[in-house]
Amino acid sequence: MKLPASPDRRVFLAGIALATALLAGCKPSGDGSGGAGPIKVGEFASITGSEAAFGNSSHNGTALAIEEINKAGGVLGRPIELITEDNQSKQGESVTIVKKFISRDQVSAVLGEVASGRSLEAAPVCQEAKIPMVSPSSTNPKVTETGDYVFRVCFIDPFQGGLLADFAKRTLKARKVAILSDVSAPYSVGLAEFFEKAFRAGGGEVVIEQRYASKDKDFRAQLTAIKAVSPDAIFVPGYYTEAGLVVTQARQLGITVPIFGGDGWEAPELIQIAGSALENTYYSTHYSPEAADPKVQAFVKAYQAKYGGQTPDAMAALGYDSALVLADAIQRAGSTEPAKVRDALAATKDFPCVTGKTTLDAQRNATKSAVIITVKDGKFKYVETINP
Amino acid sequence: MTELLQQLLNGLSLGAIYALIALGYTMVYGVLRFINFAHSDVFMVGAYLGFYLAPRVGSGTILGGMLVLSGAMAGCAVLGVLIEKLAYRPLRNRSTLTVLITAIGVSLLLQNLGQKIFGANPKPFPAIFPVTQLHFGGLTVSSNQIIVLLVTLVLLGTLHWVVNHTRMGTAMRALSFNATAASLVGINNDRVISFTFALGSALAGAGGILYAMNYPSIDPLMGTLPGLKAFVAAVLGGIGNLPGAALGGMLIGLVETMVSGTRASTFRDAIAFAILILILLFRPAGLLGRLRVEKV
Repeated sequence: MKLPASPDRRVFLAGIALATALLAGCKPSGDGSGGAGPIKVGEFASITGSEAAFGNSSHNGTALAIEEINKAGGVLGRPIELITEDNQSKQGESVTIVKKFISRDQVSAVLGEVASGRSLEAAPVCQEAKIPMVSPSSTNPKVTETGDYVFRVCFIDPFQGGLLADFAKRTLKARKVAILSDVSAPYSVGLAEFFEKAFRAGGGEVVIEQRYASKDKDFRAQLTAIKAVSPDAIFVPGYYTEAGLVVTQARQLGITVPIFGGDGWEAPELIQIAGSALENTYYSTHYSPEAADPKVQAFVKAYQAKYGGQTPDAMAALGYDSALVLADAIQRAGSTEPAKVRDALAATKDFPCVTGKTTLDAQRNATKSAVIITVKDGKFKYVETINP
Repeated sequence: MTELLQQLLNGLSLGAIYALIALGYTMVYGVLRFINFAHSDVFMVGAYLGFYLAPRVGSGTILGGMLVLSGAMAGCAVLGVLIEKLAYRPLRNRSTLTVLITAIGVSLLLQNLGQKIFGANPKPFPAIFPVTQLHFGGLTVSSNQIIVLLVTLVLLGTLHWVVNHTRMGTAMRALSFNATAASLVGINNDRVISFTFALGSALAGAGGILYAMNYPSIDPLMGTLPGLKAFVAAVLGGIGNLPGAALGGMLIGLVETMVSGTRASTFRDAIAFAILILILLFRPAGLLGRLRVEKV
């Protein structure tokens, strides 16, 4: 709507500007050292909707970490209060939620999200308000490129794409690979790109690239086109809901070659949707609950005790780690002042996490090892660990 | 060549489902002259009825599958009649716009009730019919795809018979031709309309089951997109015209599949809708619709 800038309107605009300035003036900075109340941390997560399995795992992990921290006396002698909001796996919701966290709840830091697309929505808001944001498991490189207040505790897609290219060549002995990616998810588009680059550099060939959009149900057309060029393997860098259907329909069309994906696959729903069709499929992820590390085993035990015997997946482990890394930074900063917490986060070095030792580099990304998982008899099975 | 045939097969099985849903839209339009936007959510309820019925009747056999299918169709028929009684009947003599907006309201109500009752997360749909793959030369057909085609053909045939060769069908056509005159000659309009809704909703229920069988992940918003495509199919074929709806559904399914199999796969919906616009430009009444014919 275009209105002429009448004098009235200018006064009105000036009023808004003034009100905004006043509001900005009383933002959290004052909350810094003296406050004795709980330290507020906002978490936006996909608790319902198409990536709900991820959101819930991640949230459970985060909640467990906060509970453990508070049981041990909190941070700086104050408990942490986790405020969780659901974005329903929808685009656009995260911005509203994070704005609410910052202006109304006056949080000291923000945690979230699993999906890179939604982290990318929230990151500019946090960056502008200069509130530190830690993403547990968004792997698209653009997330932390938003600015110096945005961090993550997981590896990034250039690394994941590279290791998958290596895995396809070395373990699957594939020379010709087909790619079926989700155009509506930045995670999927990015991972497909990095994979292709690395795979080509390694002498492999990407014979066909097909695309779909989130919420699609029918992939037979794309798969039929893929089948016609008979690749050695198919790379599906999407999320589990679609990946499950892709694998089912591929097997129905008589495609028997290995199908593999990234960490977007890891959810029990994948097995519920695709079942026995998942034989001969692989994906890369951040951790395996089968690892012998005592830290991992203690985490698995605590998680199972709290959530009725459920085994934590990688998203749960990263959700847990994101809260620990943040709490550690606040402790080292000695204050909840956002700028100090940011500096402390940036200085995180060799912090022991469930998903391996975490060091945040100059680009605010974590460098750590990945594992390859396959599905055997309806269960996830560990294959190998790949170090950076 | 094999690839083309395979894509044709894929398109036909997708189109058959669109056709089933489109029939429901077109029937209600034929009798009442309004678009029942809640239709796509009845489709969703059908899938969920199947989800909850399947473990109870012991599915995975042909008999069990038929039971689940008929159960869901019956449940949806009841739901359709209820919706008509509670939401549309009190508005019978109001303007079409009022009813249309009420239909959107019912649609939103069903979606949100669905999220509340069934949960917002996608659920894996069980295999209700035994599943095997059949091979003809280089072609692969899933038994599910064949079931979809068969069920659609049988339902389409039954529907044709009901509308053209039964007393109730005659009454439906009479009502569609002139409601006042129909009631003057002793037709109970309310009963005929209830029956139309029952029939249309049963078809939506069948569509829900068939869709979920082929794409076994269901959620409370799953009806929106197929519903929209089916609506387009109904308009494409000539709304109010039964064979037209079936033809439109098949066409949309085929176009979508053909486009998906090429490099332009992301333009799939754009191309399907562009075809709709083109056809409506040159044939405003749709492919099989004539501007003044008997409807239903």
